[in-house]
Amino acid sequence: MGILSYFRAKKQTSASVAKERLQVLVAYERNQRSQPDYLPQMQQEILAVIAKYVDVSLDDVQINLDEDCSILELNVTLPEQREPR
Amino acid sequence: MAEIIVVTSGKGGVGKTTSSAAIGTGLALRGHKTVLVDFDVGLRNLDLIMGCERRVVFDLVNVINNEATLNQALIKDKRTEGLFILPASQTRDKDALSKEGVEKVLNELAESFDYIVCDSPAGIEKGAQLALYFADTAIVVTNPEVSSVRDSDRILGVLQSKSRKAEQGGQIREHLLLTRYNPARVQAGEMLSVDDVSDILAIPLLGVIPESEAVLKASNQGVPVVLDDKSDAGQAYLDAIARFLGEDREHRFLDVQRKGLLSRVFGRKG
Ligand SMILES: Nc1ncnc2c1ncn2[C@@H]1O[C@H](COP(=O)(O)OP(=O)(O)OP(=O)(O)O)[C@@H](O)[C@H]1O
Ligand SMILES: [Mg+2]
Repeated sequence: MGILSYFRAKKQTSASVAKERLQVLVAYERNQRSQPDYLPQMQQEILAVIAKYVDVSLDDVQINLDEDCSILELNVTLPEQREPR
Repeated sequence: MAEIIVVTSGKGGVGKTTSSAAIGTGLALRGHKTVLVDFDVGLRNLDLIMGCERRVVFDLVNVINNEATLNQALIKDKRTEGLFILPASQTRDKDALSKEGVEKVLNELAESFDYIVCDSPAGIEKGAQLALYFADTAIVVTNPEVSSVRDSDRILGVLQSKSRKAEQGGQIREHLLLTRYNPARVQAGEMLSVDDVSDILAIPLLGVIPESEAVLKASNQGVPVVLDDKSDAGQAYLDAIARFLGEDREHRFLDVQRKGLLSRVFGRKG
């Protein structure tokens, strides 16, 4: 590594910012693509069922499918007090 | 059997037509009978880059609609032996191309050509999807810039789900062609490097074409840039074609060319 690149390595370049942003975005978009088309609708319906009993919003429900669609993982963040509505 | 190559990118203006012309010409120079097919219906430009715009009589849509035979529509390149061009139509009807029509023409071309190079329109919608649907191989043209890289990844998604190969459970061979590369800006940390882009897209690297004055000059004259074999871009394309044909060629033009005093003192950066 030359002297110049040593000094440069200290502060983040705009190219390395670009790379980091792209890595996050591309990973997210690839994950979206690999999900089956029915997932958003299913997520809505599951949310509707849960919302009948506890006060949750879409952000509190996470649904993940693994790559070959064999395990469905459902994560619900429940509110502090769990009183029925 | 002919190999169908689609030159695609998602984003517009990144160098698909320049690259199609260069690669098609390069394959013909290497002795392979090649046809360049312009899929950019309504915005044909390949004829202009190849310098045959005044010889266009019939086009792809005419052949699909049986208004002309393939032989009537094919333009024989005057400079390069074994190279033909099938121009796009200038129609504004964006439904002029159908899957069945395209398949018919490609099947007929496959009988007499070794390589069919399809210059895709920009976008990821119907026009681009038709250009890539029948492909065996994709050359994904990308500029070292965030929106181009993102769109390349999206077109990779289309290649992997909406192509005939994908529908039959197979896979299109994918190659990355990084164009308009500026080593000085990469060194200054202002431009994504070839390694950055390769890391993100994770497909094999076919070549890196430097940002070059020779490209504009070649397009002004209607001569594909590979025929300017003294130019950096011309040589970089010739290397990429050699790699495409299975040769091992080191990547050139990745570092700043003219070395200043500083780099001579400190030596070549590893
Ligand atoms: N390596 C290069 N160096 C300098 N200029 C280039 C290079 N490659 C392409 N260009 C220029 O970029 C512009 C767009 O190129 P081109 O028409 O090949 O892109 P395209 O992807 O086919 O565009 P479209 O999406 O509109 O079809 C042209 O002006 C061309 O001269
Ligand atoms: Mg074009």
